[in-house]
Amino acid sequence: MKSQYVDTIKKEFKEFVIGDPALVNETYLTLKKDTNVMAYVDAIRKEFGGLITGEAVLRNEVYLTIKKEANVKICDYLYHQFNTPLVSIFATDERKTDGHFKVHYVFSCDREDAFIILKINIEEKSPQYRSITSTIPVANWYEREIQDMFGLVPQGHPDPRHLIHFEDWETGLYPLRKDFDIRTKPKRVKGEYVYRRVDGEGVYEIPVGPVHAGVIEPGHFRFSVAGEPILNLEIRHFYTHKGVEKLFENIPFDKAVFLAERISGDNSVAHAVAFCQAIEKIAGVEIPPRAKYIRTILLEHERLYNHLGDIAGIATDVAFAFGAAQANMLKEDLLQLNEYVTGSRLLRGMNTIGGVRRDIGDNKDKILLKLSTFQQEFRKLMELLMETPSVVDRIETTGRIYNDIAKELHVVGPAGRASGIDRDTRRDHPYAAYRELNFKVQAHKSGDVYARTRVRADEVHESIAIIEQALWSLPEGAIKNEVKEIPDGFALGYTEAPRGETIYWVRTEGGRIERCKVRDPSFCNWLAIEYAVLDNIVPDFPIINKSLSLSYSGNDM
Amino acid sequence: MTVENEIEIMGQRLNEKINNMFGRSLHIREVDAGSCNACEVEVTALSNPIYDMERFGVHIVASPRHADMLLVTGPVTRNMELALLKTYNATPSPKLVAAMGSCACNGGIFGDTYASGGGVDKFIPVDVYIPGCPPRPQAVIFGLMVAMDKFEQKIRKTEVKA
Ligand code: SF4
Repeated sequence: MKSQYVDTIKKEFKEFVIGDPALVNETYLTLKKDTNVMAYVDAIRKEFGGLITGEAVLRNEVYLTIKKEANVKICDYLYHQFNTPLVSIFATDERKTDGHFKVHYVFSCDREDAFIILKINIEEKSPQYRSITSTIPVANWYEREIQDMFGLVPQGHPDPRHLIHFEDWETGLYPLRKDFDIRTKPKRVKGEYVYRRVDGEGVYEIPVGPVHAGVIEPGHFRFSVAGEPILNLEIRHFYTHKGVEKLFENIPFDKAVFLAERISGDNSVAHAVAFCQAIEKIAGVEIPPRAKYIRTILLEHERLYNHLGDIAGIATDVAFAFGAAQANMLKEDLLQLNEYVTGSRLLRGMNTIGGVRRDIGDNKDKILLKLSTFQQEFRKLMELLMETPSVVDRIETTGRIYNDIAKELHVVGPAGRASGIDRDTRRDHPYAAYRELNFKVQAHKSGDVYARTRVRADEVHESIAIIEQALWSLPEGAIKNEVKEIPDGFALGYTEAPRGETIYWVRTEGGRIERCKVRDPSFCNWLAIEYAVLDNIVPDFPIINKSLSLSYSGNDM
Repeated sequence: MTVENEIEIMGQRLNEKINNMFGRSLHIREVDAGSCNACEVEVTALSNPIYDMERFGVHIVASPRHADMLLVTGPVTRNMELALLKTYNATPSPKLVAAMGSCACNGGIFGDTYASGGGVDKFIPVDVYIPGCPPRPQAVIFGLMVAMDKFEQKIRKTEVKA
């Protein structure tokens, strides 16, 4: 049956598949004619037939190579006609294979559990392409990132400033190009970064950071205020840019799992699992059922302590010290449980390509017992928080993100769900054992700090339920499948981290990583904060920031 | 031994040292020089009710100008270099610097690349190294004790010189 499809594809699309022979590789090509995602593809074909120059389907990923000039049109069509969120944009340097840079636009078809990836080829001679930011605002940072890392210029971008590099970066150096050596130490040149200015009587600026007053990561915030209310906020990040994507290309697979764990430290498991899944897809390995369940349990453990940390942070920032102390204590309990079960307070070192390293089945009773006392305490804590007028007063209507804005900016995770965006990778693109477990995606409408706190509280209960189910139905058997050789190929890996949808795209070549694009949820959500704080007062900024739970390191990489 | 007991014992010893050196309290400014944020998770944990470092006289302050010690995490990224130097210069002497985590000690997994500086001691003098990825809170307390001993030596040296 399968080979029949392969033949059809080869015959039908022979002329389309140019310069990308990996696309027609029988070993991992499974075309599901019956999935509805093909309906989207058919529609695109009908509408833009002549502009499509190549097609390929790999598992649930449909790759369409389109003409460079058509990117705005087709992206716009997919995004607005079919309501498929744009979840990532990234470039690759494939000059040595076919002389081109490529830009990929990844759209997620949530209902079909599939992805449509549009590709355009860009010649080295004219490293430009048309920006889609004015029609799809989500593209803003991605395009600036590609400009800094690959030197591909998005023409017509409304804000063409540097994003990742600072003003002292030498022009003409692009770290993710293949001819850039990772050990280069570019000299510092003179330059200036121009902030947006708000003028008017009584308007003044408050610059904050990069070194903050609390124990948080570095970033710069520039508020323009008139009295108390914030008129404008400009954020400037990438202080913690560590060259992670380039580093991936220079280390072996085993070490890459550890690196993935350290992209956003408190989302270690989510990152490691997303990375491992991409590699497992490329290698065509299915991990043992027991490993799937263990991964699920770990992912939910991670969600628990993260959500508790966020709730503690919100309580601290509204100056409700007693609630904060309680929440912090509960979080510490979870961290100690993590250490007891896995040997690492942050659940590190558990995942590996092909499964997990350590069995946690023996600790079932301990985990269940701990979680049940935890749940009781947590209920009391939430009652306390949500029934204290001084807390509710500070968080209701604060930092509101309306649904339409949240959609436009592609706000993900609990923050998105608090604004009525009913998306959750665990349900829409099930991985690990989520397909077999029962859980509800919690969504609220009001989009304020209150809703974000509520979503997290509800998710804590869901997570506990998931862990319990997974522990009760933990299958017997091995916890790891040996992955001996990793063939050339590419695939997406994705998880729902505590902060939201995390996307990896990995390409392997000759037994090493050729390109690894990481899209941390914070990369999307940071843009929303500039909007969320408008008309709020400066003292509410920390609460809004905490409620969005943003990672600087995951964003900057 | 439970974590609570462990902390109690270590904390008392640390407290004694702090009493001798600083007369009651040690003020620390934490500087994230490009960490992955897990080291911050552990620094935050130090102030939760289980560890509650404040009771042993360890206080995290908001400004380097109030600090006796900088607790630096991360490999020092190219983009954080200047901010770290400024923070160091803003801290009054005599000061201590502790490098917390493998990244801060020698660059860790991020190494020495175009974006990552490969460790704090390439940029500012470091007094103690606290290895771990991230170090457990207990390790941080231990590191602080070592720092106290070092500080004693440091002061003696300056006294001799003067
Ligand atoms: S030492 Fe480890 S935990 Fe600490 S910042 Fe570095 S990678 Fe993160």
